[in-house]
Amino acid sequence: MMKLLRYLKPYRVAVLLVVLFVFLQSLSDLYLPTLLADIVDKGVVTGDTPYIWRIGGFMLLVALGGAACSVGASYLSAKAAGGFGRDLRSRLFAHVEKFSLHEFDKIGTASLITRTTNDITQVQQVLTMMMRVMVMAPLMCFGGIIMALSRDVQLSTIIIAIVPVVALIILVVTSRTLPLFKLQQKRLDQLNLVLREHLTGIRVIRAFNRTGHEQQRFTEANRSLTDTAVKVNRMMAALMPLMFLIVNFASIAILWFGGMRIDSGAMEVGDLMAFIQYAWQILFALMFASMMFVMVPRATASAARIQEVFNLQPDITDKPDAAARPNDKQNAVRGNIEFRGVSFRYPGAEMLALENISFQASPGEVTAIIGGTGSGKSTMINLIPRFYDASQGSVLIDGIDVREMTQQQLRSSIGLVPQKAMLFTGTITDNIRFGYEEATDEDIRHAAEVAQASEFIGRMTDGYQSTISQGGSNVSGGQKQRLSIARAIVRKPSIYLFDDSFSALDFKTDANLRAALRPETTDATVIIVAQRVSTVMDADRIIVLDDGRIAGIGTHRELLDSNPVYREIVTSQLSEEEIA
Amino acid sequence: MSMNPSMRNMIPEPRHSADRGGQGGPRPGGGPGGPGGRPPQGGGNPMGFGPRGGPGGMMMPGQKAKNFKVTFRRLLGYLRPHRFSLLIVFLTAVLSTVFSILGPKIMGKATTKLFDGLMAKINHEPGAAIDFDSISRILITLGVLYIISTIFSFIQQYVMASVAQKTVYGIREDVNAKLAKLPLKFFDGRTHGEVLSRAVNDVDNISGTLQQSLTQFITSIVTLIGIIVMMLTISPLLTLITIITLPLSFIVIKMVAGKSQQHFVGQQKSLGELNGHVEEMFTGHAIVKAFGREDTAVAKFDAVNERLYQSGWRAQFISGVIMPLMGFIGNLGYVLVSVVGGILVLHKTITVGDVQAFISYSRQFTMPITQTAQIANIIQSTIASAERVFELLDEEEEVQEPARSSASLAKASKGEVRFEHVKFGYKEDAPLMNDLNIDVQPGQTIAIVGPTGAGKTTLINLLMRFYELSGGRITVDGTDVTAMTRGELRSNFGMVLQDTWLFNGTIRDNIAYGRQGASETDVVRAAKAAYADHFIRTLPDGYDTVLNEEASNISQGQKQLLTIARAILADPQILILDEATSSVDTRTEVHIQQAMNALMEGRTSFVIAHRLSTIRDADRILVMNQGAVIEQGSHEELLAQRGFYADLYESQFTGRKKQPEAI
Repeated sequence: MMKLLRYLKPYRVAVLLVVLFVFLQSLSDLYLPTLLADIVDKGVVTGDTPYIWRIGGFMLLVALGGAACSVGASYLSAKAAGGFGRDLRSRLFAHVEKFSLHEFDKIGTASLITRTTNDITQVQQVLTMMMRVMVMAPLMCFGGIIMALSRDVQLSTIIIAIVPVVALIILVVTSRTLPLFKLQQKRLDQLNLVLREHLTGIRVIRAFNRTGHEQQRFTEANRSLTDTAVKVNRMMAALMPLMFLIVNFASIAILWFGGMRIDSGAMEVGDLMAFIQYAWQILFALMFASMMFVMVPRATASAARIQEVFNLQPDITDKPDAAARPNDKQNAVRGNIEFRGVSFRYPGAEMLALENISFQASPGEVTAIIGGTGSGKSTMINLIPRFYDASQGSVLIDGIDVREMTQQQLRSSIGLVPQKAMLFTGTITDNIRFGYEEATDEDIRHAAEVAQASEFIGRMTDGYQSTISQGGSNVSGGQKQRLSIARAIVRKPSIYLFDDSFSALDFKTDANLRAALRPETTDATVIIVAQRVSTVMDADRIIVLDDGRIAGIGTHRELLDSNPVYREIVTSQLSEEEIA
Repeated sequence: MSMNPSMRNMIPEPRHSADRGGQGGPRPGGGPGGPGGRPPQGGGNPMGFGPRGGPGGMMMPGQKAKNFKVTFRRLLGYLRPHRFSLLIVFLTAVLSTVFSILGPKIMGKATTKLFDGLMAKINHEPGAAIDFDSISRILITLGVLYIISTIFSFIQQYVMASVAQKTVYGIREDVNAKLAKLPLKFFDGRTHGEVLSRAVNDVDNISGTLQQSLTQFITSIVTLIGIIVMMLTISPLLTLITIITLPLSFIVIKMVAGKSQQHFVGQQKSLGELNGHVEEMFTGHAIVKAFGREDTAVAKFDAVNERLYQSGWRAQFISGVIMPLMGFIGNLGYVLVSVVGGILVLHKTITVGDVQAFISYSRQFTMPITQTAQIANIIQSTIASAERVFELLDEEEEVQEPARSSASLAKASKGEVRFEHVKFGYKEDAPLMNDLNIDVQPGQTIAIVGPTGAGKTTLINLLMRFYELSGGRITVDGTDVTAMTRGELRSNFGMVLQDTWLFNGTIRDNIAYGRQGASETDVVRAAKAAYADHFIRTLPDGYDTVLNEEASNISQGQKQLLTIARAILADPQILILDEATSSVDTRTEVHIQQAMNALMEGRTSFVIAHRLSTIRDADRILVMNQGAVIEQGSHEELLAQRGFYADLYESQFTGRKKQPEAI
């Protein structure tokens, strides 16, 4: 929490002013009862009506001043906390954008989203509260005590005594209820999980006749949630009445002992009335402060999660001397890819994901990679745009190690079609243009045609201007894949990377697409990861991966004759006559 | 001076929000109704307290119920079983409030005694002394009063805790029971987020209101009435002064609330936009990187972030101003009461103690009013929540099933399935099947083929009776499926879909899900038959490995093997299989294929076929397109027809031979 507060620095003047304003406001609040005491003691007792009016007018001024300070504090704290939240969010987002996939794996995408959104909001809210309440509580508390002392030292002991008592009660109750509140949240999450599973698995649950079982799980979760909620609320039930009782008794004590002091002429009736009001103001200050026990731990947890993201440094960065080749024709990436003895290990993993991979691919060639899950196909693809860096060996493009290039330069020459087609909110045109910002409408149409997407786009009401909803939920899996292929085509890259990108297409579309792609990629290096033998069998070079090692490289025919792994894959998919 | 019980509930219980879309993960299609999107409600956010402290109203636009009365009554129905407890709550709430309202006035009497004694002394009246005897009597009365009030107040909250929680327990259980009775149509028609939001967030909202706001409402009203009565008994003039400040407060609240509302709406909108952007950019991180669009992403984020800031701080500020303004108006009254009270004392119209009592009354006066206004808002939104929950509870249920199967189906059924003149469409006006007839003999394999999106799941929906027919009938072993209970029908079927469903539990539990009371040996045998035993044993905890929430700690292919094991364990007569294994590598696929073949042995099988061998070996092929079965027959028959199937076959399996240029 403290570390994050450095983002408050630009607003330090505002924060200081907030503290000042809150202080002044507290003073005015405390001063009013004092003035009332004067009215009683000096005005009423002596029968001085003009004095009463004068002090009354003064009281109004004090109240007005207090209100002005409070408005000022409200204004500044809203701006400071809002600005803090904005800056923090912006920095965090920019920081995360620098992450490589490795950092995303580490924290998890879902968690990163929560940290950038909810966690920051949480911290910001608490900060707003803190600036006002946290500052105000002690000021009120000490201010009240000081005012009391200035009136009558002996009677002040009562007020001074209730502070620790009330504080202790708050502490005891919250320390017992806080863990329960946490437990309650956990149980609620559990209930949510059970229900979510019921919803996602509804077909399976019904197919296996296990509805009763699911209902029982829900009931169990419901019961334990209810038990905790009852328990915690019963505990809380004691808190408020008890605190009020204490202050009420303190009032009685003030009246009694104060009466004696008055009797002995040590103080006046007005003072007594002021005293009782001080006691209440102190109580309220403490009560509001006690909310901090609930808020601060939550914010601290959020802050720790945010800090964790900041502490994480992207492990893939541009070398300071990365040769930034000017992006003119002469220097354009041609697309020669070479893996030279590449080994790769995921951080923390025992086994190598890739071991000693070497091959070359040249422009105009199609290289296909086939192999089992976990054999390292996608990993290989991910090394080319430097989503990860090789642990050993090097990946070279046009003879230059990718680590020697800037990421921007490297990736500008690559058209990637990922395994999981990912589209963004916006029109179809926007989504395709994502590949190349300066693409003309003509380019976009062409790319869509090659990707076999023009037909279904044409059938949509708004054609190319149709909107894709978040996550692309209004288009089918196959359509998504075709759009993400179009996005890569419009980029006119010198390297195409297809990471199992044809899986959701039926065979006919798959074949048409590959046929249409052929003339587009004559000068480009194409790398395809695929599951279907029919997709890879016409490639210039097929790399068979097995457990991170190359089990064979060759054409379909060569591999069929010489490579048992490849033959196993082929026979599982094609019938005898097709192989022949 | 004393405080009344309406202030006693002021410390807000942290309102718990449901797990926000799986820890805020990529929302499962959660639209505006999805979890996590609802604006915070006003109330329980005490900020900035002047001398007239009180919960700061956030003045959020409230949600309105469509039919307040009906929903309210229905909600009361849930409280009926607790009416005795509620009566206690009500009585104790009223009593504790009344007792504590009496406090200031009694305390004022003590002050007056003090003052009178003092004045007598000052005026040197003979025998002048402060009457400590009567003061002590007054104070003892006061102490007793406070203790009683405290006890009642405690009882009230203590009892309410269980009433509130048990009531929502009942509502949740009703939702639970309802979900079991809703047809698949319901679930397919809306997002999970929507259902979750109703079942969790809305119910939680009700719980919070019952716990806090309901009793607050009672005490606020009692306090309000009580205070007015007490004030009137002291001084009608002072009461008038206090009440005059009221309209002023209302005007201020109205002005400020109107202003802040627009900013709150803007804030909510920007926040939604921002969250959406973050979600998209993070889930698509690899794409953003690959296409070098980090800067664009950051620029857009900053733009939305700036807008959020602009409306955010304004909303915060304006709503934050309410409290100081109210405080000032309150202080106005305070000053007037002090001054006028002082003068009245001079004229002996009232006593000093009365002024003291009056000040404490007038300071408490606006609080119940703002509180009541806020609670009215909260209750509105609660009723809206309740309405959404009741809507869920009122959804049309599945067609009633016979209490007992008319023809009790022997467990060892043969597995004969017939579709007779089946008519079906998801929508009334868009029939997909008009007269579908299929006759499947026991042990046969039926391949279902067709392009993506041809509606192959429709057949499954009908077979499993997830959806109801519009006409005709389906029989299993000669019995109309509608004559059986759904449970009976489904116990004949085993289903292995591409969309594997596993739950957060151990691998053993997930397999054992197939049959209630399966033994350890059964589970292992099923796993072995499904070629899953080997990989399970390579996991660090073997069968006790706990699958995490997304089941992401095993691969897609392994998940599929587990679901096959589950089906094997269930040992059904009829199978529904989906061969699609697009995200599974070829070698695992071989295992899956072997496992499926083992599973199909001797059983009637409906296979959503992707493999040529399956299709050719099938006893019958159902060709589907655009939701309907358009052709059926054996491979040779269909090829001979030279229809859709023949075309599909050529393009899918032999297409590349015609297009040698394809990559």
